[in-house]
Amino acid sequence: MIKALAARLLQKHRTVSYPDGKPQLPPLFRGKPEIDREKCTRCGKCVAACPVQALSLGAFPRLDAARCIFCGECASACAAQALRFTDDFRLAANTREKLVFPDSHELTAPLDPKLLQIFARSLKLRQVSAGGCAACEADTNVLSTVVFDLGRFGVQFVASPRHADGLLITGPVTKNMEQALISTYEALPAPKIVIAAGACACSGGLFQEHPQTRGIPASIPVSLYVPGCPPHPLTILDGILRLLGRIPHASGKR
Amino acid sequence: MSAPVKSPARFALKDEPRLKLDEFRGRVTSSVRSGNTLLMLCAMPEADGLHLCAALGARDQGTIELALSERVQTSYWALTPDCPQAHLFEREIFEQHGLRPEGHPWLKPVRLHGKDSPAGPYEYFQVEGAEIHEVAVGPVHAGIIEPGHFRFQCHGEHVFHLEISLGFQHRGLEKALIENPARRLFYMETAAGDTTIGHTLAYCRVAQSLGDGATGKVTEALRATALELERLANHTGDLGALAGDTGYLPTMSYCGRLRGDFLNMTALLCGSRFGRGLLSESGVKHQLYEKTAEELLKRLKDTGRDVENAVNLLWDTPSVLARFEETGRLSAQQAEELGLVGPAARASGIDRDARRDFPSGYYLSRRNFQPALCHTGDVCARAKVRWMEIKDSLALLKLSIPHAIGAPEETPLSKFAPESIAVAVEEGWRGEICHLARTDSGGGLDYYKITDPSFKNWTGLAQALRGQQISDFPLCNKSFNLSYCGYDL
Repeated sequence: MIKALAARLLQKHRTVSYPDGKPQLPPLFRGKPEIDREKCTRCGKCVAACPVQALSLGAFPRLDAARCIFCGECASACAAQALRFTDDFRLAANTREKLVFPDSHELTAPLDPKLLQIFARSLKLRQVSAGGCAACEADTNVLSTVVFDLGRFGVQFVASPRHADGLLITGPVTKNMEQALISTYEALPAPKIVIAAGACACSGGLFQEHPQTRGIPASIPVSLYVPGCPPHPLTILDGILRLLGRIPHASGKR
Repeated sequence: MSAPVKSPARFALKDEPRLKLDEFRGRVTSSVRSGNTLLMLCAMPEADGLHLCAALGARDQGTIELALSERVQTSYWALTPDCPQAHLFEREIFEQHGLRPEGHPWLKPVRLHGKDSPAGPYEYFQVEGAEIHEVAVGPVHAGIIEPGHFRFQCHGEHVFHLEISLGFQHRGLEKALIENPARRLFYMETAAGDTTIGHTLAYCRVAQSLGDGATGKVTEALRATALELERLANHTGDLGALAGDTGYLPTMSYCGRLRGDFLNMTALLCGSRFGRGLLSESGVKHQLYEKTAEELLKRLKDTGRDVENAVNLLWDTPSVLARFEETGRLSAQQAEELGLVGPAARASGIDRDARRDFPSGYYLSRRNFQPALCHTGDVCARAKVRWMEIKDSLALLKLSIPHAIGAPEETPLSKFAPESIAVAVEEGWRGEICHLARTDSGGGLDYYKITDPSFKNWTGLAQALRGQQISDFPLCNKSFNLSYCGYDL
């Protein structure tokens, strides 16, 4: 017992200060993509370098973060250094369209007032892993550790869909998981929300056109898309907090 | 069968004799009986039809042998009755190619469900009796965890038999990585997300072997650093989760945080907590600078101290040990017969670790390395092996990090050797990962097989649960902590 108490002192308080402070991210972290139209020569090398066809070249390159696996190959291929990934982890959006950089990206807006009234101070989530590689699941799991301490915001992952207000989906939704996902969604009492976490859940990611994957069925409406492969835990946390109106929402584009 | 070669091993297809099926069978079964490991068994499509292919690992020599059979028409005599290690490989061969292993005692689906599987719908083994009941769990579980289905045959709390049916995560990875070379490296990074470095490294070895690549000490020290950080993060997380499953919250909370600290160290190397974007076929994509190395070593010292403090609480807490000890025992004989790998095998006293047995890269310089071993084969042993391995990895990193500083030393790969087979073995944190690749006449990959350690170890978990209480399942499951997607691919 005395050892356990001594350990408690040694291990200290370790919860990140977010959203009150700015957390430290590693210097090489690949977050929000930035495309400098002045520098861009429209050579198309970034488009060719992308393994998941997240980039398209119109008047200038656009990056669909729903598809992006943040591998950074495009930035390495860009001789003009017009494309880079910054350390800004705030990426999540309410719709897939709002995940297109640079011009369409809009950070998550809060739920509508009726839902906010119900969920803002207490949101119970059920997680379903549907064909992912377990990295999204791992970095969702850590939200419940002392580091991110999701519970302090009234958000909690629960065991039964019957106890849940929302579903957090990871993975490209394999054929073998499609029915289980639909059944779980249906078991949630209304009103309910859905979060798609990670490139696979947002768009199919690496597995987007595989015959073995299906994507989230149209019958399951998604309120929050969190990009990343996997998303950084702070990206998920930031998205959830914004959805719940816990971070002031600056309207309009960034 | 051509001469055995060190891992990563390359074989020219034209030099490989096509053994008569009886001879192939005899070679494989006698090799395994003499103590070798069946690293891989698969059916390879060639111009004239399907041929069986086995990769065998001789640990005492540190070499890999390849055996290829003559063409198989529609069925062959199963190896499994004489060589239980082959059981799941043969089920996979049946599922993927429709080749029936005659006499296979347990020919059920592996990954495909319902009418997709040649083995038909999954039929669970049932124990009959008036007071017998069945418990079905999954695919959706009560936590943030991958999907799988567990079926228990119980009498009260007592479990007679557990059957595990998987495939819910099946993404068609092995086929896709042939069809889409631009995504190949990224598919490897996601074969099992928590083993990004392990799987990608096995692939890099295969690619280097086929493309005549060469890496120097700096590159290999950085690769080993990433592999050991992956081991540290996962082992620490597992010990925390084991503590959680016994209801001991201090170690659970501390290790939950400390696991993240190790992941953040990997992010220092490449920006990603899982090591995404660190490795390339020819070497590494990032350079380790002296300042980062200093920061890494400092963090390792602090985190290592905290992990030691958190984990040692377990061994001082009778309520934890009472749950750990003698729960989920797996004998050395069972582990050996099933061909278990990694910490689960070492906890049952099976002395195997690919870092020593099939070393490559940085591990070639650590030949005197002794794998962590326990002998009781219970949850406690699986926890202790992890703790010993954490200490070993911390010690190894102190050596490897200073060597990893500086410009990567690597030569670009040439075009892959045509009509060849390459086999590589790496010790991921769950155990041996084996990758096998074949090239066509133009040097393009036309066949690829991945064996995640989970593929070999899931049956070990099912066996360990026999005679246990059903309430012991979460603890036993966590003590193996196997990958669903690594199995499902």
